[in-house]
Amino acid sequence: MVTDERPLSPHLQIYRLPLTAVLSFAHRLTGVFLTLGMLLLVVCLVAVAEGPAAFADVQVFLRSWIGLILLWGWIYALFFHLCHGVRHLVWDTGCGLRRDYLDRMGTIEVLVSVVLTLVVGWLSWTMV
Amino acid sequence: MNYRTPLARARGLGAAREGLHAWWRQRVTAVALIPLSLWFALSLALLPQTDYASLVRWITSPWNTVLLISVIIISFYHATLGLQVIIEDYVHGDAVKLISLLAMKLVLAFLALTASFALLRIVFVD
Repeated sequence: MVTDERPLSPHLQIYRLPLTAVLSFAHRLTGVFLTLGMLLLVVCLVAVAEGPAAFADVQVFLRSWIGLILLWGWIYALFFHLCHGVRHLVWDTGCGLRRDYLDRMGTIEVLVSVVLTLVVGWLSWTMV
Repeated sequence: MNYRTPLARARGLGAAREGLHAWWRQRVTAVALIPLSLWFALSLALLPQTDYASLVRWITSPWNTVLLISVIIISFYHATLGLQVIIEDYVHGDAVKLISLLAMKLVLAFLALTASFALLRIVFVD
């Protein structure tokens, strides 16, 4: 009797998650991160309403390296969430749910979100 | 094989009674946020280098005010719907779930109102 040869069910610790699962989880994580980042928008608007001195304090933070990392991380998270969200809207129509198609669109989605971030980076660089 | 009663099928509500409602609103706000996000991301990227006077001028121009208030209302509403799904999925126990849902919704509503009020102050007071 060879019981050891029997297949095991996938276990999270030894199971390499497929791209579709990673992206699905990233969609939720970016959603939470984006919501937390909206706090900064509230702080910004309140500071502008308070006057130039309060806004200057916020801008010092935004120009610091941690502020810039948070700002660009937020913008990237927004584009990732946007791209994956558009795919969800497509899936809601019942289209694009074939296995090979899902993997290919997953890769394209990540590439598009990076490109959109780079385009906004380039635009903000040239518009100043 | 369909085990549902004709009445349940006619109502079309499913086990959660109002699940479709939240699902549909999430989709409507998602569609609205597609163009708004593109506009908002670029505006946000310019924020670190903008000086105070031109930022106030930018916020108070009518189109930007309307778009900003749309971003505030629609994104906070979309966030509420999304976080509700996450809490319902991962928080177990009726009491803890109810309290987290209430807290999340009240905090997000407060933030949306604070942002809207600050925006109105910039537009009408400055």
